[in-house]
Amino acid sequence: MDITVNILLTIATAATPLLIAAIGELVVERSGVLNLGVEGMMIMGAVAGFGAGYLTGSPWIGLLAAIAMGAVFSLLFAVMTLSLATNQVATGLSLTLLGLGLSGMMGTGFVGQPGEKLPNLYIPVLTEIPVVGKLLFGQDPIFYISIALTAAVMWFLFKTRTGLTLRSIGDSHTSAHALGIKVIRYRYLAVMFGGACAGLAGGHLSLVYTPQWVENMSAGRGWIALALVVFASWRPWRVLAGAYIFGAVWIGQLHAQAFGIPVPSQLLSSLPYLATIVVLVLISRNKRLTMMNTPASLGQPFVPDR
Amino acid sequence: MSANHDGANLLEVRGLTKIFGTLTACDHIDLNIAKGEIHALLGENGAGKSTLVKMLFGSLEPNSGEIFWNGEAVRITSPGMAKKLGIGMVFQHFSLFEALTAAENIALSLDDGSPISSIAAKARALSFSYGLPLDPDSLVGDLSVGERQRIEIIRCLLQTPQLIILDEPTSVLTPQEADKLFETLERLRSEGKSILYISHRLEEVKRICDRATVLRHGKVVGHCNPREETASSLARMMVGNEVKAVVRAPAEGIETAAPLLEIRALSRKPATPFSIPLKNINLNVRAGEVIGIAGVAGNGQGEFFESVSGEVLQQDAGSVRIRGKDAGALSITGRRLMGAAFVPEERLGHGAAPRMKLSENLLLSRHATDGKVFVSSGGLVRAAAVYAAAQRIIVAMDVRKSAPDPEAAALSGGNLQKFIVGRELDRSPAVMVVNQPTWGVDAGAAAHIRQALIELARSGSAVLVISQDLDELFEISDAIAVMHNGELSKPLPIAEATFEKIGLLMGGAEPGHAEHALETA
Repeated sequence: MDITVNILLTIATAATPLLIAAIGELVVERSGVLNLGVEGMMIMGAVAGFGAGYLTGSPWIGLLAAIAMGAVFSLLFAVMTLSLATNQVATGLSLTLLGLGLSGMMGTGFVGQPGEKLPNLYIPVLTEIPVVGKLLFGQDPIFYISIALTAAVMWFLFKTRTGLTLRSIGDSHTSAHALGIKVIRYRYLAVMFGGACAGLAGGHLSLVYTPQWVENMSAGRGWIALALVVFASWRPWRVLAGAYIFGAVWIGQLHAQAFGIPVPSQLLSSLPYLATIVVLVLISRNKRLTMMNTPASLGQPFVPDR
Repeated sequence: MSANHDGANLLEVRGLTKIFGTLTACDHIDLNIAKGEIHALLGENGAGKSTLVKMLFGSLEPNSGEIFWNGEAVRITSPGMAKKLGIGMVFQHFSLFEALTAAENIALSLDDGSPISSIAAKARALSFSYGLPLDPDSLVGDLSVGERQRIEIIRCLLQTPQLIILDEPTSVLTPQEADKLFETLERLRSEGKSILYISHRLEEVKRICDRATVLRHGKVVGHCNPREETASSLARMMVGNEVKAVVRAPAEGIETAAPLLEIRALSRKPATPFSIPLKNINLNVRAGEVIGIAGVAGNGQGEFFESVSGEVLQQDAGSVRIRGKDAGALSITGRRLMGAAFVPEERLGHGAAPRMKLSENLLLSRHATDGKVFVSSGGLVRAAAVYAAAQRIIVAMDVRKSAPDPEAAALSGGNLQKFIVGRELDRSPAVMVVNQPTWGVDAGAAAHIRQALIELARSGSAVLVISQDLDELFEISDAIAVMHNGELSKPLPIAEATFEKIGLLMGGAEPGHAEHALETA
């Protein structure tokens, strides 16, 4: 029983950073901006989070530093693509490359240092419930944030007027401009929200998952988050499902490798990607729903004519 | 007239100028709009009407000139500011969001925070009271052009503006719907609102407008009272010379001519939950004749065109026959190779690729049918031949443009439409199917296109025209059929057809029972 609970706990820990980064990118893409710099923003968040935690001794300050770093770093992307109307794909890719390099440089002094770890939050009484108790009420704080964030984004996008405006900009920025909606301002805020989320996801890596600094420790999670958004056809609950499927198969194959199952480990390592794609493709079979949810102006630079 | 000409001007424009590169789109425009008047803005495509209106609505910034609102100088820097002043706008090229519902689209332009459901209820009530029925929960992507325009109009009215700018509002309405709209506009005028009315339909302008300002080549060429003018004198002011009336030579011997396009028991299931199924449509178009299909927007015309053109294939290959052969299972290219030509409703994105040059657009639609001329045996494009053909069409259709071979999107709507129709006419097709040939096209260009379609038919081709413009259908058709709710009435020979009969069929009177419905009405 305890083993099952522990496995489930590790699944949640593996899924949380993917979920947070993907939910942030979902908001960015719903506004019509494609930011391929998730990986870069994530690793910058990781190094800032670790560094601030290490230097101040407080993982909470580390957490805030990770979020702030992600947002500030995404601002670079926003200025380039929104104010200067550069190509979003190229700018996003360079943001990732820049982030990977810059974080390596910033983190040289942190390699091998013991980091600060965010303590798990145990909610009294509720934690005593068998199985579910520890799973739902004895997790690290970022786990709760990730679930709350998903619910909040879902509510924001589909229940609030501001969310509707954001979606309308993603559908057609020219129409939105004609109505007098401040397209560029909305997109700036969306990009920075996405950056803050990616930073938080990076902070989870260096403050919860493995409380230490290792170069390139994001290990492609930013790219997985990006893929999750597309395969989830820009719907928050599907992003959540995708992140957890990925996490589950990831942990499952690790255990399978430990058991020594006679399957090449490379094949096992590829399973999470395969499983996530298959499941998300199956749930997004409804073409009409996909069409409705795909931001039609995604990736197109917007220059209002004056 | 009922308009208050003595009252203070709501809007005054002095010397408004807008320059794009070397083109002066608006050249020192003066315009006064009084409180409680319907003011017409007339002019051909490219005369600067849209540019002027965009400056009034804050989406373009003038290079020079002044705007006074209620006597005070204002700078309208954004659409939001225009709305705050009390200027509402119904766009010609719609500013709607396809992935959102009608109610959500309306909510986006209202600044109050009321919930979507109450906005939907308000929109539904308003739309019915103005005779423009609207389902607020339908998805805009599933709606026809006419239905989309209703959303734009309702959206504008819900903002309770002082000045309403309407860009070609009746081009997609039935005569009865247009009457309703005129009642609405007259009601708004009696409430003291002002309306700036852009239209090419001169009869309409004469009927409801109190004053008119005429633009030509970016300059004001005159102010007049349209009620004191004739349609032809207005057209002369707009164009600068006489507009040739469309001549329809009598069709001879078409009763015995072979049908070149046959539609037999064509049915189609609805493609999306909101679209219209086609129900057992039968129609013959013979060599030498023009058949018109009338109908209110969104009654299956789009679905019908897709089925005939081959954008959607049929289960039953015999349901569409071209020149006596089954074509229902063939693609667009297959049907083109049989001698058919098709012009879809949307010019940009459907009839032409907006970011590609005219010559490239020509090649895109004709590389299969004119392969030998345009593509060498090695598979390379003969650019010179394509360019020459494009120039030939530009000359034949009098397409006005700013560069020798511009991008499709750089042309005004009417000029692009002339090119797209000309591109197909240039092949002398045996069967020509056109959906909304002159939507949003000015009088001069429309007459040109209509005349070309009639001449194609008289030279021995079968021409099928789907249109929401009844004047147009009466001008060019030898017989008119009406599409309602996915069903097609029997074609009425033009000699028997009247506006009332067709209008009743469009409203859903039983096909073939128009006379009966008239008697009981």
